[in-house]
Amino acid sequence: MATSAAISTNAHAASHSSEQSGLWSWLTTVDHKRIGVLYLYTALFYLLVGGLEALLIRTQLAKPNLSVVSAEMYNQLFTMHGTTMVFLVVMPLSAAFFNYLIPLQIGARDVAFPRLNAFSYWVYALGGLFITLPIFFGLAPNGGWFGYAPLSGPTYGSGFNMDFWVLGLQILGISSLAAAFNFITTIINMRAPGMTLMRMPMFTWMSFVVQFLIILAFPVVTAALFFLQFDRFFGTNFYVTQAGGDPLLWQHLFWVFGHPEVYILVLPAFGLVSEILPTHSRKPLFGYNVMAYSGAMIGFLGFGVWAHHMFAVGMGPVADSIFSLATMLIGIPTGVKIFNWIATLYGGSLRFPTSMKFAIGLIAMFTIGGISGVMHSSPPSDLQQTDTYFIVAHFHYVLYGGAIMGIFGGIYHYFPKITGRFMNESLGTWHFWLNFIGLNLTFFPMHFSGMLGMPRRIYTYDAGQGWDLFNMISTVGTYMLLVAGFVFAYNFFTSRKRGAVAGNDPWGAPTLEWSIPSPPPEYNFAQIPEVTSRYPMWDLKAPDRTAGIAHTHADAADIAEAHAVPVHEETKRKTAKELGIPMPFPTIKPMMVALGIIILFSGLIVMHAGKFPLAMATMLGGAAFMVGSLYAWLTSPLE
Amino acid sequence: MATIAATASGAHEAHEHAHYTTTGLNHRKIAMWAFIGSECMLFGSLISTYLVYKGRSVVGPFPHEAWTSPAGQVFKPILNIPVTSMSTFVLLMSSLFMVLALAAVENRGKPGYEGLLGSSKFWLAATAAAGATFLGFQAYEFTSFVHEGLTIRTNLFGTSFYTLTGFHGTHVAVGVLWLMTMLFIDLKRGLTPKDAINIDIMALYWHFVDVVWIAIFTLVYLIK
Amino acid sequence: MSADRAHADHTHEHPTWKQYKWVALWLFVITVLEVWAYYIPAFVASKAFVPTLLIMSAVKFTIVVMFYMHLKYDHAIFRKLFTGPLAIAGITLIAFLFLFSKVSIG
Repeated sequence: MATSAAISTNAHAASHSSEQSGLWSWLTTVDHKRIGVLYLYTALFYLLVGGLEALLIRTQLAKPNLSVVSAEMYNQLFTMHGTTMVFLVVMPLSAAFFNYLIPLQIGARDVAFPRLNAFSYWVYALGGLFITLPIFFGLAPNGGWFGYAPLSGPTYGSGFNMDFWVLGLQILGISSLAAAFNFITTIINMRAPGMTLMRMPMFTWMSFVVQFLIILAFPVVTAALFFLQFDRFFGTNFYVTQAGGDPLLWQHLFWVFGHPEVYILVLPAFGLVSEILPTHSRKPLFGYNVMAYSGAMIGFLGFGVWAHHMFAVGMGPVADSIFSLATMLIGIPTGVKIFNWIATLYGGSLRFPTSMKFAIGLIAMFTIGGISGVMHSSPPSDLQQTDTYFIVAHFHYVLYGGAIMGIFGGIYHYFPKITGRFMNESLGTWHFWLNFIGLNLTFFPMHFSGMLGMPRRIYTYDAGQGWDLFNMISTVGTYMLLVAGFVFAYNFFTSRKRGAVAGNDPWGAPTLEWSIPSPPPEYNFAQIPEVTSRYPMWDLKAPDRTAGIAHTHADAADIAEAHAVPVHEETKRKTAKELGIPMPFPTIKPMMVALGIIILFSGLIVMHAGKFPLAMATMLGGAAFMVGSLYAWLTSPLE
Repeated sequence: MATIAATASGAHEAHEHAHYTTTGLNHRKIAMWAFIGSECMLFGSLISTYLVYKGRSVVGPFPHEAWTSPAGQVFKPILNIPVTSMSTFVLLMSSLFMVLALAAVENRGKPGYEGLLGSSKFWLAATAAAGATFLGFQAYEFTSFVHEGLTIRTNLFGTSFYTLTGFHGTHVAVGVLWLMTMLFIDLKRGLTPKDAINIDIMALYWHFVDVVWIAIFTLVYLIK
Repeated sequence: MSADRAHADHTHEHPTWKQYKWVALWLFVITVLEVWAYYIPAFVASKAFVPTLLIMSAVKFTIVVMFYMHLKYDHAIFRKLFTGPLAIAGITLIAFLFLFSKVSIG
């Protein structure tokens, strides 16, 4: 199955001939770079899906009393839009970068558990299908992306819709948790000699914090989902008021997860901005230490603020005050980051490629989202704002204006590293401005309609409440975002083959991933580098920028054990075999285990349909397939 | 692909020790402790739910009090402290057996580890047996409770109790399977000090499951 | 960093068989005391009952973690990986107790 890479005369493509190509190589890959690319493509696909869902929502709301979609379909659309964007788009886009970048940034050849890494991707890919396909049968989840009980319970949420949601989230949780254990181990244990924690690139730092947020927050939602599942399937009483249960238990458990989740969504984008700004300001990140500590602080404090999503449930003044205070406090480390980024720009020798535009755009848009966020932190104020479009405005500014813009910036910044070619700059500029104007047109008016009382999740509204104009503007903005998306997609797909060729270090960036060819060879580094400062490539190419920073050598024993050499640009493309570097075997087993899990969960849906023999067969079959594949995986060598 | 495999398998022995790590620690041990940290949050959520719902059941049977149903049926307090104390004791002892199994593997061939003390097979089997005994006690408890009228849907206590102890029991069951797999490997090819790290990692999981039970026994059974 | 690595697993101090025995003994004794306390109605009714029981199980928890799970002797990183999450779980649990308490303190 010779691909274009093998037959192309392009110089850098010829070096791929030693690497695998073809569909099977993608299905069996355990290479973190390929897995990162898989995440990227899949997540961008779901961005389109979630975007179309938004488009339908906004078309329905363009004017009062439209019936573009039915009320039931509308419920499915907004539920899936939120679920898709959070779990199938932003988290996996971040995962694409975790996968691609972390080993490269720390000077490693792969992650700690390459097959587990592949497993995480396949569980996500199959889980995404599990939770998305139902909409084509009108069975998509319809209880909101946060599934409040008792609406999501067996009485009011009868039918299969919320089963797909509950089970789908459990599946996606497995993917994220497995990946988090992988990256925690990788970052702790696979850093090159001399790379202390305080010398790691800021993207890796933020990713490190995020992995801890994942392993601490996801178990809580897992418990909440099990409780909901048991209520739905087995008639238990977790959220049943008549039995003494409390629907608020769901809210508390969900938001103990849900609030750290929003930091999981945004911190990786912050990390990407912290890579882009120093590169194109041609000076070090301002206040690196503080940036690292404030990232950790945001993560830690993020566990103490969850009930600010519940100011309207009647927790009482003491609880309200405590959570209000904690929420205001968390604005401090976040604000510190904004100032540090501005200070990085100040006095720098600035260039404005597309990635820089998105990075600066994030600073501006996230600040707006942060301002509305701080307004919500006051319970009396929030009583007016909660469950209105004012909140919708807030979180879209921080998630679209923050996370998505940061990720787009990261894509433009790292596209040359991943593909060996630049994306087109003028199309990039169009994309940026269409996006920037589009997002402001879409979401800024929501502050006003929200303040005027427009509730969330309503499928239509009457004229004459002062909301009409704002809704129309938002809808126009959404269509602009669609156009922006097309511009991006065109740029992305054509640049892969026709973009200007990029070398190792097209931007003059400071960190290790820029010392190796673009795209990197399968083994990443021919020789593990010894790291003597935070900006190894600038030490090499622009030493005046790093003159003031402490440079120390790593321990001699570590250097010897790792066979490390001083940082240098690697330009020769050799195969792993030529260099004597053992590579892990490609294998289909992780995907098979993932498939077994999906089959097992599908059996639960069948059970809910009342077809017990078929359900048992499906579950047992899935379990057997999973266990068998897992056994084969565990008993075969990695490399 | 074949060439890479050939090189790799030839080089497999040689580079087994060659993987540099930043800390000198084993990857899987780090991952296991991170996993245990994560499990603290899972069991924390389950225990919190149990505690928050304590005393809120609208109907009985109740854990520590008797109850007469509207229909006139009398229910004793349903928890059986003497029996559960036995199963707790068994699980605690299993941790001792686990630690001895690890020591037997680590110190294979060293003086002082001959005979029973040095028999990893014995101690692995003992640990698995103790774990299975604990599960037996749990099964007995669950079935007798159901007989006495407490199911997972009877009331809030049934719901939260069976879920919490059921999750714990499932973790024990996974541990028992893991132990039996290790025992099987020991019987088949023998475990050497090179395998100690894998036993260590399994032991961490096992002890953690024991430690969670310490919390559950106190909070569910002893505190009213 | 190399100094750190020299202290990795294979060269650290080890609890001995004697220490394992002592831990097992203490686990046994404390459990006996816990169950014994349960059967003293006057004590159970007193305010000291719950704190005493919590302390006793905390001691059991700690000795299993420190000695059987080796946390006392192992690399510091494992202590951090465990105590951080444990603390967050504990604080969240306590917060839930307050948030759901029928006493109107919040």
